[in-house]
Amino acid sequence: MVTHDPASEALSALQHPVKIRTENVNLFYGDVHALKDVTIDVPLHAVTVFFGPAGGGKTTMLRLINRLNDLVDNIRMSGHIWVDGDDIYAPGTQVAALRRRIGMVFALPLPLPGTIRSNVVYGPKLAGIRQASRLDELVESSLRQAALWDEVKDRLDTPANQLSGGQQQRLCIARSLALEPEILLLDEPTSGLDPVSTAKVEASLLELKKRYTIIIVPHNVQQGARIADYAGFFLMGELIEKGDGREVFNRPQNSHTEDYVTGRFG
Amino acid sequence: MLRVAFHAELNRLQADVAQLGMMVKTAIRKAVVALQDRNLDAAREVLADDQLINDKRFRLEHDILVLIATQQPLASDLRNLAAMLEIITELERMGDYGKGISKINLMLGQQYLIKPLVDIPKMADIALDMLASSLEAFAALDVEAAKRIPLMDDQVDELYNQVYRDLIERVIKNPDHMEQANMLMWVAHNLERAGDRAVNICERIIFVVEGRMTEFDAGHAAQPPSGSN
Repeated sequence: MVTHDPASEALSALQHPVKIRTENVNLFYGDVHALKDVTIDVPLHAVTVFFGPAGGGKTTMLRLINRLNDLVDNIRMSGHIWVDGDDIYAPGTQVAALRRRIGMVFALPLPLPGTIRSNVVYGPKLAGIRQASRLDELVESSLRQAALWDEVKDRLDTPANQLSGGQQQRLCIARSLALEPEILLLDEPTSGLDPVSTAKVEASLLELKKRYTIIIVPHNVQQGARIADYAGFFLMGELIEKGDGREVFNRPQNSHTEDYVTGRFG
Repeated sequence: MLRVAFHAELNRLQADVAQLGMMVKTAIRKAVVALQDRNLDAAREVLADDQLINDKRFRLEHDILVLIATQQPLASDLRNLAAMLEIITELERMGDYGKGISKINLMLGQQYLIKPLVDIPKMADIALDMLASSLEAFAALDVEAAKRIPLMDDQVDELYNQVYRDLIERVIKNPDHMEQANMLMWVAHNLERAGDRAVNICERIIFVVEGRMTEFDAGHAAQPPSGSN
């Protein structure tokens, strides 16, 4: 009897160095225990997928990595989150500087009022970049990386709200990239997009992961399965299963994960 | 996202695969009994009914592909559908063995058999038992049964070798029996392959449940007539 197991023979994102490490992260919204002892290593230059049913804690986890929950009232957190070995919740952490390193894109594309160009240069200008040629460079490189450049290069000074939904979302990705972050956090970035725009965003993610560490909450499990190098399944605040993306989506070890990816609950 | 309609369709396909398997089992059984009884009408019926098997196989293949395309299943559901695609191919080819045996029956026409058929019906019994058991194991996704059934293939192979030796002896004694011996050897070969294909079905069951491809030993059957001198 011979056993063939090509999936486990494939290269794993686990072999990448760790970019983000969370250790025993707990979060309470008032009495609600929203995250329970979440420990996960997010690999460098790979797409990590956080998935699971609504209310499982995946978006909360994403927001903690960007310290977006800092301003939420009645919140209590314990545990650690390290980025490149630095505890981002250590006293004295420069939150603005941290967020510049960690871009975030939300489910609904929210372009700023103004032109396509002004959307992209908004962040770099706030960060003190004034040189026109440098800003032009950032506009082109960011829009190219977000796979939008070819569609808008001849109309950079038209209002951003004239773009289609898919283009607006890619503009929001470009806006994050203009700050030249190291990490991109994407919370269901294609949930409002048509299949063609979704495919373009997914294709751009596969390019972007060569330079950025990406964590994404996908809008369905199929999308997660398509793009995940590494994956974590969140259920009721717990990280139930984590591992190589192909394994977690195609051969989950935990029965809850199996039931969720095959649509038996959720 | 709950997928009630998807799982209902998955169950329907699984039942249809089992039904296809039963049609194949009936075809092979009928072909072997018709050969024993020298019943040429029954042999013709098996030939005609093979079209029904082929039609059902292609209809299933279409439905499985539509379900994959429209529902994008993952994990064990995807493996189940991929396994069904393989299993229906195995079943359709097994149906062809029934057809092949019937064709040989018709080619023999009114000839008397050079030997009473003893080992060949035994081979059919075991191979068809393997087929029925593997279909039950697939319906229940019973890995233990799927690992046990292939052990039966050794008996089929042993009987095949017995038929081979027996026919060779008869041909040595009477070279005029060469042509019919060759045909009967093909009947035995078809049944031996039917056993192998039941083993393939078992390998797919293990794949569905465990996510790993397991290959059982291909057995120790002698070469088919075309490969022997």
